[in-house]
Amino acid sequence: MTRISEEQVRHVAHLARLAVTDEEVHTFTEQLDAIITFAEQLNELDTSNVKPTSHVLNMKNVLRKDESAPGLDREDVLKNAPDQQDGQIRVPSIIE
Amino acid sequence: MQFETVIGLEVHVELKTNSKIFSSAPAHFGAEPNTNTTVIDLGYPGVLPVMNEKAVEFAMKAAMAINCEIAEESIWDRKNYFYPDNPKAYQVSQNDKPIGEHGWVEIEVNGETKRIGITRLHLEEDAGKLTHAGKHSLCDYNRQGTPLVEIVSEPDIRTPEEAYAFLEKLKAIIQYTEVSDCKMEEGSLRCDANISIRPFGQDEFGTRTELKNLNSFNFVRKGLEYEEKRQAEVVSSGGKVEQETRRFDESTGKTILMRVKEGSDDYRYFPEPDLLPVYIDEEWKERVRASIPELPDARKKRYMEELGLPAHDAKILTMSKEIADFFEATVAAGAAAKLASNWMMGEVPAYLNAEGKELAETKLTPENLAGMIKLLEEGTISSKIAKTVFKEIIENGGDAEAIVKEKGLVQISDESALLKFVNDALDANPQSIADFKEGKKKAIGFLVGQIMKASKGQANPQAINKLLAEEIQKR
Amino acid sequence: MLEKKEVSIPDLVDESFKRIAAVDGDVKAFITLDEENARKQAEEAQSAGKTGILSGIPIGVKDNIVTKGLRTTAASQILRNFDPIYDATVVNKLHEAGTITVGKLNMDEFAMGSSTENSSFQKTRNPWNLNHVPGGSSGGSAASVAAGEVPFSLGSDTGGSIRQPASFCGVVGMKPTYGRVSRFGLIAFASSLDQIGPITRNVEDNAHLLEAIVGIDPHDSTSANVPAEKFSANLTGDIKGLRIAVPKEYLGEGVSEEVRQSVLSALKVLEGLGATWEEVSLPHSKYGVATYYLLASSEASSNLARFDGIRYGYRAENADNLIDLYKKTRAEGFGDEVKRRIMLGTFALSSGYYDAYYKKAQQVRTLIKKDFEDVLESYDVIIGPTTPTPAFKIGEIIDDPLTMYANDILTIPVNLAGVPGISVPCGFAENGLPLGLQIIGHHFDEKTVYRVAHAYEQATDFHKQKPGL
Repeated sequence: MTRISEEQVRHVAHLARLAVTDEEVHTFTEQLDAIITFAEQLNELDTSNVKPTSHVLNMKNVLRKDESAPGLDREDVLKNAPDQQDGQIRVPSIIE
Repeated sequence: MQFETVIGLEVHVELKTNSKIFSSAPAHFGAEPNTNTTVIDLGYPGVLPVMNEKAVEFAMKAAMAINCEIAEESIWDRKNYFYPDNPKAYQVSQNDKPIGEHGWVEIEVNGETKRIGITRLHLEEDAGKLTHAGKHSLCDYNRQGTPLVEIVSEPDIRTPEEAYAFLEKLKAIIQYTEVSDCKMEEGSLRCDANISIRPFGQDEFGTRTELKNLNSFNFVRKGLEYEEKRQAEVVSSGGKVEQETRRFDESTGKTILMRVKEGSDDYRYFPEPDLLPVYIDEEWKERVRASIPELPDARKKRYMEELGLPAHDAKILTMSKEIADFFEATVAAGAAAKLASNWMMGEVPAYLNAEGKELAETKLTPENLAGMIKLLEEGTISSKIAKTVFKEIIENGGDAEAIVKEKGLVQISDESALLKFVNDALDANPQSIADFKEGKKKAIGFLVGQIMKASKGQANPQAINKLLAEEIQKR
Repeated sequence: MLEKKEVSIPDLVDESFKRIAAVDGDVKAFITLDEENARKQAEEAQSAGKTGILSGIPIGVKDNIVTKGLRTTAASQILRNFDPIYDATVVNKLHEAGTITVGKLNMDEFAMGSSTENSSFQKTRNPWNLNHVPGGSSGGSAASVAAGEVPFSLGSDTGGSIRQPASFCGVVGMKPTYGRVSRFGLIAFASSLDQIGPITRNVEDNAHLLEAIVGIDPHDSTSANVPAEKFSANLTGDIKGLRIAVPKEYLGEGVSEEVRQSVLSALKVLEGLGATWEEVSLPHSKYGVATYYLLASSEASSNLARFDGIRYGYRAENADNLIDLYKKTRAEGFGDEVKRRIMLGTFALSSGYYDAYYKKAQQVRTLIKKDFEDVLESYDVIIGPTTPTPAFKIGEIIDDPLTMYANDILTIPVNLAGVPGISVPCGFAENGLPLGLQIIGHHFDEKTVYRVAHAYEQATDFHKQKPGL
């Protein structure tokens, strides 16, 4: 039984904003299916009473004081921008 | 068919911290584009967030003010989606364990009170701002990382009017807590609305649409009014309401389709590994709770019970903490409560609206307003003169009594002085006397007007009326 | 190295660049060199008379650690011209300590890989045999030190990315306790697992370098508030009474015989020094690889979403619209392994699969962490091999992701548990390639790990051998 279909791979690629060719879809489906099948060995373990670990250290309440400092120079903000206009970063229109 | 409308609101409120939620950049509105950012706000490779303590406290404060239970453990999650205003392509938000849940806000519509449930209040980061320039959009990241609370109501709202009342009340409460300015025009308060209709008596909800671009409470009401009609027409004509997002168009008052929702959006929430949980103990809770001032409903009750104000006055005054505080200080400075209320609900907002100013930008103080009201109450000045004095003190400040003296605006109540004005007026207007005697009572009004004019408004109107009646009989 | 202080700083730096000029054409450890700036700093440090123990030491920095004004690529096309506007916390700490950064080191793209073959720029080669991989993802960091190009380097370790290449290249590589070293400025792969650590030729140098970069950082919420320690002051050679745990899973199936023998020999050496060892079990360690690939890929799918062509980095040309721009930029900017992991992670987090994959893996992580806690309750350190085999050949397994992943089977559980682990040279395979011994300690007990590693190192001479480049 396959764990992931080509259609799902296309959907995942869309969610991840990756353009994929038909050939890539085919390859990724095979590879991801193998990896997911491998990952399903975890199902051998009963974890119904196990708390998930999000942070490996038991730390909490790490908070900073509400103090402000001047921000970056705009020149720095735009330094790596692929496209810009009037001190802002320019992208294709968001209106479809 | 008769339909029942079901409305739920999602309100975003920006918190008034000095710095952003995860960085030290100033969190202030109105700067030049891209001048209030750090590498953290820009989502540069390698950056990490550190939670602003004040943002957590402000969120707690807001949650408590709307009667939410405060979670013992709060965690943050990543909400993943691509958009140019979202630099990391995920927004740090709260999914599983928000700061506050199960609250309520009480509203009053047509004299009836109703509780609207609050599902949750969570703390998240605001996005940047996009503007359109032809074929392109431009990104300004100043707003990115401003701390934001999202308040989600239960679908308890049944009419656009209730939605309006809910928003007004929520805004008043949040403003009282002083965690936000709640200025819709600056985007520090924003609202999306979910609306569906169902036949009366049906339990399950109809398919809902989500309304966006609601830039004032009035537009929320108008958008909802349009949408409930539109949905009813769709259903009545045998159609089906689609789950979609619609934009309110201010110029036409209509809602316009933005996009159809394909299933639910898949945001792939998961716990933010870069932020640790926040535990809120009783001591911390109590400390924050103690910082919450008296809220609008409590204050309204006090104004009615202790100051004897009518319910209407008490409600209007307490809708804004700034106005209510000013009112109380005016009363404390010696003004009669009802008179102070009249001015705070009448001339003061009228002036501010006409001039487009904020109260704080004027020279009016509780002391000079109270001084003027006292003069009015004592009969030293007429209400007409009071308007002149008011204009003077709100524009230039100063003590009302001194202004009245300096400008000779004291009301003339002395009978012999008034008698001269009365007789001068009667002498100059024999036609009015004749009219009066023929039963045209209006003629008196004309004569009073002439006298007020001649006395530059200083004549005591009650005394004039009395003297006029007496003198006219003598003719 | 540190005794060489009679040599001037400019000479030290010069020596480094000369060696790079001589051998990096073969080894290909560096992506970017910062020669002019490094030489200038060397002159300044010399005239300022800096005397700190690390002053003037040339260092290479893995190219996923941001350096202000010095191109930082994470070995990806998507960042091929990226010019950072800030320094990572560890880079600031290196400045304070006085080291001189000579350049940025090659790696698997975004640290995803175990061979450095996933770099989008070049394949780094193992200095001991140029036909073999140096390991990964910090392959450049390990190879540059092994080749004598720099005495020190920084790497990062998410599932073994410091220890495995250190083992393959016959050098010393430490993955500190999670939270020991600030991650601010480390281009995130898997935030809950990533740690920066030092790679050096010997244990003492390694301890000195780690001392320079540890500490709580107000910019990293996950950096721990533990006191800084002088790890180097504890290298006494005395390990009498040390209790060593040897997990049977670490010498069992999949571990090559010569690797097994080298570890058993090492244990004999340690016994000779007064330590005792016993076999234990880390019963869930076999689930480590699956757990790791689900968790790390899920976090990575989110961490790498910011590379979207909007604010920095590569942006595809000729995009029809915004969504097309995103898709083309990312398709053209990322390599296959990165895409594969982004897809896996996106899938594991997606609606309907989260509980079965992501959450399940988080639960198994709890079990793996508990295995370590249980064992470490009765032992001072855990010892085993760093890798199941010595370095493999370039191209040998690159097309087989699962076999590649299996390479990290012995290092991954350490990241999942958050404990510190070091790899020190412990011999050579028949083909002449180095082997590494992995020493794992309690949370924040790098001190003991270093003491054991040092005692072992001083009792052997593997670390003194150099590749014949």
